[in-house]
Amino acid sequence: MAQHQVNYTQDGGLPVALTSVDKIVNWGRSNSLWAMTYGLACCGIEMMASGASRYDFDRFGTIFRASPRQSDLMIVAGTLTKKHAEFIKRLYDQMPEPRWVISMGSCANTGGMFNTYATVQGVDRIIPVDLYLPGCAPRPETLQYAVMMLQKKIRAEKAGKSQRQKRLV
Amino acid sequence: MRKYVPKDDVQKKPYYTDRYWVAPQVAKFDVESDEVFAADLAAIKAKCEVIEAYIQVDQMVVMIKPTDNFTVAQILKDECAYNQLSEVGAMDWIAKQNQYEVFYQFLSMSKRKRVRVKCFLDVDQAVESLNPLYRSADWAEREMWDMSGVKVNNHPYMKRILMPDDWVGHPLLKTYPLQGDEAAAWYEVDRIFGKEARDVIGPENREPAMVDRYDTERFGRLGHEIERGAEFKEDQAKTPLAYQEEGGVLIIKKFHEDDTVEITDRKR
Repeated sequence: MAQHQVNYTQDGGLPVALTSVDKIVNWGRSNSLWAMTYGLACCGIEMMASGASRYDFDRFGTIFRASPRQSDLMIVAGTLTKKHAEFIKRLYDQMPEPRWVISMGSCANTGGMFNTYATVQGVDRIIPVDLYLPGCAPRPETLQYAVMMLQKKIRAEKAGKSQRQKRLV
Repeated sequence: MRKYVPKDDVQKKPYYTDRYWVAPQVAKFDVESDEVFAADLAAIKAKCEVIEAYIQVDQMVVMIKPTDNFTVAQILKDECAYNQLSEVGAMDWIAKQNQYEVFYQFLSMSKRKRVRVKCFLDVDQAVESLNPLYRSADWAEREMWDMSGVKVNNHPYMKRILMPDDWVGHPLLKTYPLQGDEAAAWYEVDRIFGKEARDVIGPENREPAMVDRYDTERFGRLGHEIERGAEFKEDQAKTPLAYQEEGGVLIIKKFHEDDTVEITDRKR
């Protein structure tokens, strides 16, 4: 994980006084999380399994979209190489706000077993991450639990303002 | 990142040697023992100088001069029916003798035979591209340049194939550190945010398994959560694992642990 501090509670985070408008907007947002297809390695297979009929992500309102402009959630599933790092940043910037990121699996969290020259040691060096999901690779149930935890987090956020930058750069 | 120490002499000084250990060698046989290979070798010898030739694991190995590689490939393709170049690569012997060892692996579909052509190449020397003869040499030679830094003459598109174009160094050299030099360690930060962001983002943390239970700012134990930044207690009371808040969510049914059924009969 990156050394820098990410202050998630600053502006638009917790603690906030929730209103009924916040509640209804966040209810809508949390139950239609459209995820971007971002399978980079073997975690992508688990992500596909979560989306398919047996585990069925659709019942959470999570539908995979192939375009960053139509998605709210980026599930970074797999090893991020240094060559690919600039593309993940570009795709993240193309996503409309509010947007969330789940870092799925050990490689995306910390570089995992790829302690080498070519692997980014954690995607939080490039983009702000809302939820780290451990495992190599995490089971589909675990990914679903992560999405449910993210829904819980979204429901606790303030809906009115646009999301502030979570990082300086 | 671990401090970088130059490893230019890794091949000269192995950290452990057993005086009585003899490295096992795969048996080498005379080329004359196989008449197909003997004819192929005679065809090569007619036009080029052969330094060494033998048969190892049913494959002929021919050591040639690096300047002859194109001529030998042409003889093998046109006269000896070796119609496929299955692999090209280079080994790093720079510390030992300031040379690369470049090898070409050929396959003949009609003869069902394989030939390996090898040559030693000085560091400042370049080999001729085999791309006009074999299309597979295109990517293989680009990879050889990218990973080992072997220069290839007359290649149609000499560019890095695996690493990004602005990468510094050749990763498969023995002197290249596994965790990368400084340019590699900061590559993505420099590329995306610029060098001035290095201070904000900080150096790479190369301990992927690091979990500090006393650091409650960055780590929390699932099911035993405490306030962020609060002091860690050894026997922390269990906190309930809840998918939803206390009040529940509109329309969506709340998950109750008491209502769950444990399925023991797998055939149910």
